[in-house]
Parts: sequence; C-alpha cells; structure tokens
Amino acid sequence: MRKSLEKYYRIDKLPHIWCPGCGNGIVTGALVRAIDNLKLNKDKICIVSGIGCSSRAPGYLNFNTLHTTHGRALAFATGIKLARPELKVIVLTGDGDCAAIGGNHFIHACRRNIDITTIVFNNNIYGMTSGQYSPLTPLGAYATTAPYGNIDRNFDLCKLAEAAGATYVARGTVYHVPQLIKFIEKALQHKGFSVVEAVSTCPTYFGRKNKLASPVKMMEMLRDNSVTVKAAEKMSKEELTNKIVIGEFLDVNAPEYVEEYMKIIKRAQGEE
Amino acid sequence: MKTKVALTGNEAVAQAMKQINPDVVAAYPITPQTEIVQIFSSFVANGEVDTEFIAVESEHSAMSAAIGAAAGGARAMTATSSQGLALMFEVVYIAASMRLPIVFPVVNRALSGPINIHCDHSDAMGLRDSGVIQLFSENAQEAYDNMIQAVRIAEHPDVRLPVMVNMDGFITSHAMDVLEVLDDETVRNFVGTYVPEDYLLDAKNPISMGNFDMYDFYFEHKRQQVEAMKAAREIIKEVGKEFAKISGREYGLIEAYKLDDADVAVVVLNSAAGTAKGVADELRAKGIRAGVLKPRVYRPFPQDEIREALKGVKAVAVMDRAETFSTCGGPMFADIRNTLYDLKNDIKVVNYIYGLGGRDLRLEHVEQVFEDLENIRKTGRVDETVKYLGLRD
Ligand SMILES: Cc1ncc(C[n+]2csc(CCOP(=O)(O)OP(=O)(O)O)c2C)c(N)n1
Ligand code: SF4
Ligand SMILES: [Mg+2]
Repeated sequence: MRKSLEKYYRIDKLPHIWCPGCGNGIVTGALVRAIDNLKLNKDKICIVSGIGCSSRAPGYLNFNTLHTTHGRALAFATGIKLARPELKVIVLTGDGDCAAIGGNHFIHACRRNIDITTIVFNNNIYGMTSGQYSPLTPLGAYATTAPYGNIDRNFDLCKLAEAAGATYVARGTVYHVPQLIKFIEKALQHKGFSVVEAVSTCPTYFGRKNKLASPVKMMEMLRDNSVTVKAAEKMSKEELTNKIVIGEFLDVNAPEYVEEYMKIIKRAQGEE
Repeated sequence: MKTKVALTGNEAVAQAMKQINPDVVAAYPITPQTEIVQIFSSFVANGEVDTEFIAVESEHSAMSAAIGAAAGGARAMTATSSQGLALMFEVVYIAASMRLPIVFPVVNRALSGPINIHCDHSDAMGLRDSGVIQLFSENAQEAYDNMIQAVRIAEHPDVRLPVMVNMDGFITSHAMDVLEVLDDETVRNFVGTYVPEDYLLDAKNPISMGNFDMYDFYFEHKRQQVEAMKAAREIIKEVGKEFAKISGREYGLIEAYKLDDADVAVVVLNSAAGTAKGVADELRAKGIRAGVLKPRVYRPFPQDEIREALKGVKAVAVMDRAETFSTCGGPMFADIRNTLYDLKNDIKVVNYIYGLGGRDLRLEHVEQVFEDLENIRKTGRVDETVKYLGLRD
C-alpha cells in the first residue's frame, strides 16, 4: 500500500478477514483512492455498512464508520444525513444486503434522491453465509442453493436504481480499477443519490460453484465479458447475454432530498 | 429400524426435515442456522423430498411465506437464528394467532448488538411471549427427536400452534454427535398426513383469515390461544409417550435428573444441561446431593411439573443464557421463582447469568454454582441473588 494512503486505514485492524483473491479489497482500495484524489476531509465522511463480507470494509477504514444490521445500512445512513447534512455519507453494501433483504430501503433512497453515495460490492452471491444465490446471481449460474442452476431472474441493479429515481448510476468492475475509481469520484461529487455497482469476485463461493475457482480466472472473466455502455448500444439482446455492461448510465440533476427538506422548514417558518 | 449415525445438530435437523417431508419450506440464510436449510435445499434439488423450497429475500418473508402456505393447508416450515428471528418477530405473532402449525428450528445465537454469531438464548427469549410453543434440545439427538414430535404437537386439533425447536448455536449445531435416527417410513407414519381444519381456497368452505378484530372479540381470541397452550401441555406428553414406542426415548415437559433426594439443584436449558449433569454426578460421588432440572418445554411453562420436581430441594440456582435488563435477573429465573412461590416452603432461589455471546461455560463454573448453593443451604443466607458466571471484573 502507498504510504500516503495509510492514514485512511485502521492499520491495527489488518490483516483483513477476506479470502485470498477476494475483490472486496480492490473496491475498498478504489474508494480510498477516490477520496484521496478528491482531497476530501476524512473527518467529514461517514461510512455506513450492513452485514456481509463486503460490509466488513468500514471496519478497516479510518473514518467515522457505522456497521449496522443486514440490509438496513441505507435507513441508518438516511438518519445520519438528515441529522448532519454537512457530512458526506457513503454506504458500502453487498448484492444481498442491498437488493435482497435491503431492497426496499434501496428503492426508497433512490426515489428520494438523498445525497448519499452507495457502493454495491456485487459478487453475485451471499458470500458471508457461504454462497447462496442472491437477487443478482445471473440466471443459470450455480450457487449452494442452486446446485442445478439458478432459475430466479436477476435484477439489473443499475436499471433498478435508474427507474427508482437515483441521479448518478454507474457500473465498474474490480478488473477495470482506474475506471472504478473515476466512477466513485464522480459519485462522491454528485449531489443526490449516487450508485456505483462494483462487480467483484468471490472465488471462494461464486468461483468454486461456477468453475472459476482461481481468482485469476475470475479476473479474466471480468476482462473478457465486460462491454462498454457505448458498445452495448450496438449489440442485440442475444449478444448481450452474460455480458457485463460497464460505464455511466445516468448523470442528471434533480431536487435533492435534504435541501428540499430544509427549504420546507424555512417556508413553514415564514422565512422565505 | 434405528440406525446409529454421526451427525452435527444441523445435519440431524435437516435429516428430520427430510423424513417429515413438508410441503413448503421458505428460508433465508443466517449463521449458525444456514446449513440446515442448505442441506435441506439439496434434498429438494435431488428430488429426495416433495417439498417446494422458496429462497426468499429475508426472514420476515420466510415466515410470511410459511404462513401463506400453512393458511393454504400445507405443512410448512422455516428455520432461523438471532437477527433472523428478530426480523420475524411481527409475523411469528401472526402465525400463532392464526393458529398455524408451522414448525421452525431456531439455532440459538446472541442478538445484536454488538454483533456476535455465537450462542445464547436472547433470540428465543425475545419470542417467549409470542404464543408459540418452545421446545429446547440438549444435543443433536434431542433436536432430531423434537423436530419429529413438534409436527404432531403443532398439528394436534386441540393445539394448532407454531412450534419453535431450539438448539444451541455451534455447540450443538456444528459439533459432531452420535445419535440414533429412525427410518423414513417410521417417521412418515408417525407424523402422518396433515389434515387442516380450515384452509384457504377450499371451494366448498370459503373462509377469510387474518381479519380485523376489535374490542368485541380480540380478547376472546387471545384467551383461546391460552387454552390451546394449556392443552399443549397434555398433548406434548402424549406425543412424547407415543414417540417412545417408535424410538425407545420418552419425552415429557421436563427432565428431572437426580432430583428425588436432591438438596441443591440447577435449572438450565439446552446444551448446558449436559455440563450440569456431569458436575452433579461428580458432586454426588463426594456426597453432595446435587440434581439438575432441564425444562424441555419452556412455553407453555411446565409449572406443575417443575413445582413437583423441586419441592424437596433446599436451594435452587436458575441459570439463564439471556438477560432481561429488568435488573432482577434472567427470564427463566422469574418463571421459576414465581412457580415455587406457592409452595411456601422457603426454597432459596438464586440466578446465574452465563454464556452470553458464546462465552464458555466451564465445569468449574457449575461447580462454583453448586458450592454457592451448598453454602446457602447450610447458612440459610443469600448474599447476592443474581450473579454472572465467567464474567471479567
Ligand atoms: C436479519 C439477518 N438475516 C440474515 C443474516 C445473515 N447474513 C449475513 S451476511 C448475509 C448475506 C450477505 O450477502 P451480501 O450482502 O451479498 O454480502 P457478501 O457477503 O457477499 O459480501 C446474510 C444472509 C443476518 N446477518 N441478518
Ligand atoms: S467468501 Fe467470497 S466475498 Fe467473502 S471474503 Fe471470501 S471471497 Fe470474499
Ligand atoms: Mg454478495
């Protein structure tokens, strides 16, 4: 690790619990680099997570951090943001945490367009509880609860975020790290609800179940299967099956929740 | 036919579920329960059971789906631990009040926060007033046996209530144990086919469930639940006797271990009962008349049996693996002291909170408890009513 980045970590909490080849460290590193590039005041940042392998990340990060319950990070974060609007609130969550048990909080945070940045560590599986399929496990993929292949249709989390009202939406992967850092930077600078889906690797469960047991193979899969938003526009639905579309999907402005909230207080108090 | 096998508690429960072959299982993973449902889902995938398995998106949905299935006349199950049970809280009350015989294993784990994954009974105790029957299991054998009996208890026409089958997280769920399993046919004959009384989508008898219930009838319905709980006491005993015929193991509401002539006794649930019995044996060899009472059924609370079992004892220690924060001791302590009050014979009852968040209960701890009880018996004096075992100062 670069010496200059050490201040962002709780060095005494390392080594981390993640398996060798896990993508969680890359996503966490990308977040730290984005914060460093933007020279944000680290004492004005609050990082909130749910429960899962990915949600362990804030435990290693030297910021104001809050580890909450499974699926609820966004609800806690909403409370923090309303109580302390001056803080930059970042939510780190897993695909299960965000889209299964916490799916309701996710769509409502999008809908409100509250100024929170959410980074979804998407390893396509419940890593922590040993590899059950999640709402983001691709159709046909294998999981401990789907030994003959998953028949549940998966969410496209970026489309979901867009449809639900988020105003910055991007997808990157742990293979395309400089780009991932860029997306996180843009999300952090965005006013409103921003979502970065970081497609990650879980060699231990997703990999082993899907004949991608080595971390290198999983990285190669990310490299070979990713297509940019631009390229995807010219591809047919069939050509896009099993592809990971990466890039920015949405970057628009819309009234932000906390600001609207403050405005209505002022109006109600006759200050306008 | 009976076979001796080596299984973990989770494997034993999954095995029982396979033999019961329920119509619907809905679940969400959580440590240390995950394995039960995961193993069971492989039985489903391999066609070894006829069950519809639903991998829902949370425990709230798991119990809700089980309620839906049971309301439709199906034999439905789920399983969980800790936070999962806490999230189910709302709908467990619905299952009980709708009188749906859902059987669900709970692998006991401490509630957050702080977050912890190890054993204590705070999860189960959080639902002791929900109207579900609560069975506790000392080891994998009892967890297996309780699961099979739970189906009959839950579905009995005089009961019709959900049954929660508890076992200790990791200690029982993950440790390999030797137990005797029955053959599939014996289990299937024992549990029989579920014949619901009323159910949805019965074209000849359309009904509605979960209706609004104001001050005119709500109270009566709650009272009926109490009656069902009362009836359950007898039914649990009957089912236990019948189970003895197929297994050779008889179950009642409590297990009274060397209590007949005991001077001092420990009351404790689940796996720690094994530890306590071991210590009692050692003390008996030294001439101390020690005994152990293990409630197998915690809800309904077996008051009469407990009073009978403890009436001759001079000093009793209730060991609770959960706090109430009442500042007056643990949950079972309150129940036991209340039960003994009517005897009016001045049994000294003290409380020990132990093992929160998976803290080990060591033989020395239980020896200390018995030593304290002996002192209380000899001096007739209690210095401290509620104590904490194995806690740092
Ligand atoms: C209410 C509740 N239910 C279940 C769990 C168990 N649990 C912990 S993490 C997890 C899934 C994690 O999956 P994901 O969010 O994708 O994170 P990952 O471990 O893959 O990073 C589950 C089911 C829990 N902690 N709380
Ligand atoms: S189980 Fe998967 S997600 Fe969890 S630490 Fe290991 S590789 Fe990472
Ligand atoms: Mg995941």
